[in-house]
Amino acid sequence: MALLIELLTTLKNTVIDVLPILSIILGFQLLVIRKPIPHVKQVGFGFIYVLIGLALFLLGLEKALFPLGKMMATQLTAPEFIHAGEQVLTRIHWSDYLWVYIFAAAIGFSTTIAEPSLIAVAIKAEEVSGGAIKANSLRISVAIGVAIGIALGSYRIVVGHPIHYYIISGYVVVVIQTFFCPKLIVPLAYDSGGVTTSTVTVPLVAALGLGLASTIPGRSPLIDGFGLIAFASLFPIIAVMAYAQLTQAKTHQIERQGEKRKRININKRSLRQNKQEPLKSSKHDKRNR
Amino acid sequence: MNQQFIVFLKALLGSCKDLLPIILVIAFFQFAVLQQPMPNIGDILVGLALVVLGLTFFIYGLEMGLFPIGESMAQAFAKKGSVSWLLTFAFCLGFGTTVAEPSLIAVAKEAASVAASGGIINDTLAAQLSYANGLRFTVAFAVGLAIVVGVLRIIRGWPIQYLILGGYVLVVLMTMIAPSWIIGIAYDSGGVTTSTITVPLVTALGVGLASAIKGRNPMTDGFGLIALASLTPMIFVMIYGMVIS
Repeated sequence: MALLIELLTTLKNTVIDVLPILSIILGFQLLVIRKPIPHVKQVGFGFIYVLIGLALFLLGLEKALFPLGKMMATQLTAPEFIHAGEQVLTRIHWSDYLWVYIFAAAIGFSTTIAEPSLIAVAIKAEEVSGGAIKANSLRISVAIGVAIGIALGSYRIVVGHPIHYYIISGYVVVVIQTFFCPKLIVPLAYDSGGVTTSTVTVPLVAALGLGLASTIPGRSPLIDGFGLIAFASLFPIIAVMAYAQLTQAKTHQIERQGEKRKRININKRSLRQNKQEPLKSSKHDKRNR
Repeated sequence: MNQQFIVFLKALLGSCKDLLPIILVIAFFQFAVLQQPMPNIGDILVGLALVVLGLTFFIYGLEMGLFPIGESMAQAFAKKGSVSWLLTFAFCLGFGTTVAEPSLIAVAKEAASVAASGGIINDTLAAQLSYANGLRFTVAFAVGLAIVVGVLRIIRGWPIQYLILGGYVLVVLMTMIAPSWIIGIAYDSGGVTTSTITVPLVTALGVGLASAIKGRNPMTDGFGLIALASLTPMIFVMIYGMVIS
């Protein structure tokens, strides 16, 4: 019974959150487009499913994962766990926190796999690319990126380096990769940086950052506790472009082995055409879909 | 009916697979590293069941409702041919979904109390409220502008990399001149703007527009709206910090 009441409260809050979006859509549909929504019944049910799904999801996270994950983040960063046996804390060594980095990477990877907005973008990407980009491969690449990002971000908090150095060097890597990776993946890679930091990842990662920053002497939770989210949205961009580059390299290899007809490297071809006739390239791509 | 049930069960199984990594990670750290028993196991099992069920429903509704409405609206706007209405819609969508975003409200409130204790604004409730609201409207405006620029980019076919890389350069330059207390908040504000309902809707809008406009490729032109929406808040929050101090 108590669970039901909690569920209804969560549902009510979700509906309130969605109300602005819903009113904008309906307003423009009725006043500007002035046409009935196609398949209105199906779309309506879809919205209801999304609302129910989101409410159940959030309630489940609050009940099971968040308390446990946050507790673990505090326990793993607690001085009693890190410096077991040492009576007097003399100095901090970065390798004392090895379990924290492993936890950061593992929790970053696993929460990203369950992130609903990433699932949405991945489904769309597979559909639009005609299966050339696999939804699951994209999600795993993004998750690896988040794992590396959060582990590195935790390391930064432990050693106390300024955040700018890391973020700006990350940007430099993104710029270099943008010039060398297949052009089709670039917008998707940029997008995947924004979708990773959402419902599941943010609360757990914030708890980890806050736990680290408040237990290490000399770190301030207000200054050092922030910033893990920035890491989590930068590294997936690098990871997704790296995934595309690896796939391209593999396709090249297959092509070189004389199996040209088996697999066509869409990316390379569209790039070549882009240079010659910019207008025809999109037609060509559409046919390829 | 029976067939539908099988489809549902398959989707349920898929959600279980999505959740498996989290369960494994938490179990491993709890038993092997921290060496502690699971606290209130009943609650956790119920919670996990809810998460699996919720994810299944969400993905179901995504393909039934959110994707189709985003795409059909994009197509209707493209057919109507009025760029100014499309851009108005883009701004409203970006601004409206962000200004009420719960995580943004939470972050703005927290940032206000940090600013008050740091002596940047007066330590009164009214000053904190106006600071938090200012931050919220700044971020919402930035997201609205990002969607407008992104939609304009799709219509015109500008390559995304110049916009994003130019934005990065701006972020780096602003980092050097913006007051240091705003930087952490600014960097994180890019991440909190993209909610679970906005992302599928905006993605469907972009892809729908790129497929409806002749000469655009949904893959290279359709994506990128979310990237812009997480870039502009960083720039505008830093501007806000400079204006305030």
